[in-house]
Amino acid sequence: MPLTNSLRDDILAAVPSLRAFAISLSGNADRADDLVQETLLRALANIDSFQPGSNLPAWLFTILRNLFRSDYRKRRREVEDAEGNYAKTLKTQPSQNAHLEFEEFRVALEKLPQDQREALILVGASGFSYEDAASICGCAVGTIKSRVNRARSKLAALLYVDGAEDFGPDETIRAVIGGSGG
Amino acid sequence: MKDLKSQASKSTTPGKGGLTPEIQSRIGHQLRAMYDDVVRQGVPDRFAELIKKLDAPGGESQNENGAGGSNDNNGRD
Repeated sequence: MPLTNSLRDDILAAVPSLRAFAISLSGNADRADDLVQETLLRALANIDSFQPGSNLPAWLFTILRNLFRSDYRKRRREVEDAEGNYAKTLKTQPSQNAHLEFEEFRVALEKLPQDQREALILVGASGFSYEDAASICGCAVGTIKSRVNRARSKLAALLYVDGAEDFGPDETIRAVIGGSGG
Repeated sequence: MKDLKSQASKSTTPGKGGLTPEIQSRIGHQLRAMYDDVVRQGVPDRFAELIKKLDAPGGESQNENGAGGSNDNNGRD
């Protein structure tokens, strides 16, 4: 498909979520923007292979994901020191407490295995269907589902397991049970 | 005692993978909050310009406005 004005607009419209995806994957704002730039260049260079009427965001996400994957192997080490970079990308600084919680969440997210993290982001944040996420990641729908489930469980374990009692009356109940039952 | 115990398990009703609905929705909420924070930043100039530049290479503006359904050669042969 040739690069029409409307296709160009659609690509532009996808940029914000491509950036969000890239940042969630890499944990580093500068690197994320490089990834997006590469993605756009590659997409425009290969625009002929885009099938009109098919899912443009999914196509772009696939390119970005593949670029990240090939890049990731080379730079695995550098990814770790991305601390603090993410905060720089935030326009609105949440309140102190919210910010702490936010930071904690981001750190936990980075601890997930690559496969699980991308599946969770695509389905849980980008809003892709399991089917689209599967095609972006080049795997079966069932695989995506189980990755998403494992990602959620792992996040819950990292973030909330110790504090799981904080949620309801459990803490008191446990104290009562523990106290009287011995 | 039995009463308390059943209450306790009720308040945490684990769903798939041992996740309570509360925790599931909390994860979903935080994930989207983080993601949308970036989405709301819109399109940085560098990308808008990049695409604009590539739009008209050498002033050869072959992007007709009425690109409606002119897919004469659909993809590849």
